[in-house]
This record gives sequence, structure tokens and C-alpha cells, in this order.
Amino acid sequence: MKEKHNPVETEKLEWRKKQRKNRAKTWLTIFSPLFLLLIWELLSQSGLIDARFFPPPTAIISTFIGLLISGELISHISISLFRILSGFLLGVIPAVIIGLFMGLYAPVRHFISPIIMTLMPIPTLALLPIILIIFGIGETSKIVTIAGSVFFPVVINTVAGVISIESIHLDVAKNYGADKKNFFFKIALPGALPVMMEGIQMGQAIALLTIVAAEMMGARSGIGYLIWTSYSAFLLKEMFVGLILISFFGYIFSLILRGLQKKLLPWR
Amino acid sequence: MSDQPKISIRELTKVFYKKQNSVTAIEQISLDIKEGEFVCLVGPSGCGKTTLLRILAGLEMQSSGEFIIQKSNENRPEQSMVFQEKGVLPWLTVEENVAFGLNMRRLPKSLVKERTDYYLTKTGLSKFAKMYPKELSGGMKQRVSIARAFANDPEILLMDEPFGALDEQNKYILQEELLNIWSETKKTVLFITHSIDEALYLSDRVLLMSAQPGKILNEIKINVPRPRRLEDIRSNPEMASKFLDIWRHLQVEVQGSRS
Repeated sequence: MKEKHNPVETEKLEWRKKQRKNRAKTWLTIFSPLFLLLIWELLSQSGLIDARFFPPPTAIISTFIGLLISGELISHISISLFRILSGFLLGVIPAVIIGLFMGLYAPVRHFISPIIMTLMPIPTLALLPIILIIFGIGETSKIVTIAGSVFFPVVINTVAGVISIESIHLDVAKNYGADKKNFFFKIALPGALPVMMEGIQMGQAIALLTIVAAEMMGARSGIGYLIWTSYSAFLLKEMFVGLILISFFGYIFSLILRGLQKKLLPWR
Repeated sequence: MSDQPKISIRELTKVFYKKQNSVTAIEQISLDIKEGEFVCLVGPSGCGKTTLLRILAGLEMQSSGEFIIQKSNENRPEQSMVFQEKGVLPWLTVEENVAFGLNMRRLPKSLVKERTDYYLTKTGLSKFAKMYPKELSGGMKQRVSIARAFANDPEILLMDEPFGALDEQNKYILQEELLNIWSETKKTVLFITHSIDEALYLSDRVLLMSAQPGKILNEIKINVPRPRRLEDIRSNPEMASKFLDIWRHLQVEVQGSRS
């Protein structure tokens, strides 16, 4: 025999069930890295993996706190962040400007494209010796190295972004009498922005890769330096602190850029 | 002054040339349109009607011939185009889209605001002023496009199949709204369509174009008094026979271009 149900009640129960499921998914997401750390801890503690190479996370955390208190970590972090940020800006700003001009003006594009195409495959890190010779071992050389590697993905994506603007939108601008300045700021820049932002995301990831490598090779401070010297001295707990910091900052930067993307592209 | 045509086109020809191949899109088109006249251009697809409009809109250069749009006021732009649905700029809000032409001309802020608000109200878009086009339906986007053109207050309006992508009912509603706004300003309009119904309902005169190369073969005057309602056109036997005339013409042209 069928029971009589209130349809609203039925749907309410159904909705609650869905909510519970969604909450469970959120928990899974939070739990997964913790789970990984837990396994690591157990394996390391029990000796199933070599604790000398993979010190347990609790030991890494206490090393982290120790380094934090001594102030050593703060100075490494702040110098690395300074290099990343300045290098990033020094790469992104000219890349966007040059990219917009290349996208808008075909002669500029045809002239600069081959130069970019031939320079791009050279890893900036391979140029580090030359950069060190030109800019010395001070901060400038690291900043220039990062700027160099951020520049390429951003410039290429900016050009692609301008070219991807639909021709009808260019027609609208022309028909309504947009002058050069308006065309640049009201059409080209906003129209290219979605693809450009993807390039900037890529640039951000590359900046992190570059800073670590650059600091390993030619620096006396920074997270990369911390990783490298700890490794050389076989201080693996300290090395892991450095590695985890890099992963943490990569994650934070992605989140910041995502947020920025939402702010800058409300129309998407 | 008033017996001078608002738009006069003389022997306008456009040839597209590519890799040793030349295609004549329009050939020797001559045409006069009076001040305040609503003219529809009907022809088989690919007949060059869009090319003609794009030349008048300054988006394409003619290969030969010339056209003149009479200016009544120094500060007024010659023409503004109502584009197809995708012509609304997605990164601007509804309001900014409507104000686009005015802002490009760097008119004073207060004037821009006043005119924008007026046409937002006229097209029923006030509620959506701060929204982005992605949040709007196709019909609403087209209202933005229409409001943008009227707000710019040009000498003439060019419309490139503005309702082509809309569903049947929305099309009727927007046609009616367009006539309402138009009757206030009595702007000269050149309107492209391939819908015969649309041409009969909207225009004072329908121009029939041949298949490529596009020429103007014939014109049909629509003398139904305004304000018109769609029902008036549908129930008018004279309009029914004009519909058939145009239909036959199009069939001949389409078949002619196939053989």
C-alpha cells in the first residue's frame, strides 16, 4: 500500500540528502592532504620508509617552528617573495604592453614574433651565467631571471587574446568611432584579458620554478638557497620545510590570481 | 532641402579579389532614400546586401562609385549600425553598451547619462542596466544593440538582420518595439533582412536584390498607414499578394544562382 506523502516534505528530504552529500565531498577534499600526511607519518615512524630521507611530518613541523622562531625562515621567505614579486611584475607589464601592440598592429607582430619565437625555447636558467655577468650577483640578476621566464607565456597569450577578439566587436568599435586610445583600452585590453590571464597564471607557476633554481645556483638567501644548502648538509627536515613552503606559496598565488580573475572579468 | 535624398548611392560596386579570383559582390547600385524613410533590403543570401550596408557603415571600402549621406547637424554622426546579436560588447554592462557611441564621441557625462537612461527606459532595459550581456536573453541583447544605435542619434540607422537569430515571438515583439521607437525619431533606416514578413511589416519601401553580383532589381512600396500592427499586414490581401511577388522573385533568384 502506498503512503500518502506531502510533496514538499518529500522534496525537502531529498534536498537535505543532497546537502549532506555535498558536505561529505567538501570533507573529502580537506581530508585528502591530511590523509597523505598521516600515511607518511605512520610509514616514517614505523620505519617502513627511511626516516632519514622522509622525516615524519611532525618532525618537519617542529623544524619549521624552530626555524620560524630563530627568524632565519622569515628572512628567506621575505627575500624570495620580494624577488618573485618584482620579477613577476617586471616580466608581466612589458609583456602585456608589447603583446597588445603586437596583437593590434600586424607589422609590429610580424617583426617581433620571430624574435620571440627564437628566444623563447632558451631556458632563462641557461642564461643565468650571462645574467650574472651582466647584472652581478645582487638582487637584480634574480629579478631579471624571473622576469625573463615570465615574459614569454604572458606575451604570447596576450597576442592570442587580442587576435581572439571577435571581428564583430572590432566592427562595433569602428562604427561607433572609437579612437586609438579607446580602441586600446575599451576593446583590445578587456577583449584580450581572459586569454591574457591564463598566460599570467602560467607565468606565476614558472616564476616559482625559476626562483628556486636561480637561488640554488647564485644566491646566499631565499627559499631555494635554503633547500639547496640543507640538502648539501644532509639536513633533510630543513629541506622539506623549503619544499613545502614552495608548494604553499604556489597554492596561495594561484588562489590570489583566481580571485583577481573573478574581479577583473565579472562579465565572463 | 527636404526634396534632397537623405542617402544617395551612385553606381556603387564592390569587387573582392583573392588569388587571381575576383568576385563581384555588388554591381553598379544606384539608389536614393528619402529623409525619414524606412527601407528594407531583401535578397537571397550571399547577394551582397551586407556588403552594401558595410560600405555605408564605413567598415568596407567600395571599389568604385560613391554615396552621400546628407548631414543636418555638424555634431551628429553620419550613421550608426544595429549589429546582429553578438555585436553587444560582453565586457561592458548594458548601460555602458548603450552609452558606448556617446562615450566614444566624448560627450559630457550628464548628456550621456540622460540619453542612455532615456533609451534604457524606452527599451525596457532599466532594470538590467548594471548587468552584463551574458545574463541577458537574445531578445534583451538585441534591445541593447537598438538602444545603443538610437542613443547615438545618428543621421541614419543601418540594421544588419538584427532579429535574424531570434525566435518567432520575440521577433514580432522587437519589431513592434522598433517601430515604436522609430516613430518618435523618424530616422532614416536601411534595414537588411531575409524575412519577407519583416520587410512588409516594417518598411515604406522594399528593395529586391538579385543574386550575386547584387543589383537592385525592383522596389515595392508599402502604403499601409502607420502606426501599423502585425495583424494589419497579415489580414491585408494586397500585402498577401506582395508577399507572393517577393517570394517568387527570391525563388527565381535562388534557382538562377544555382544553375
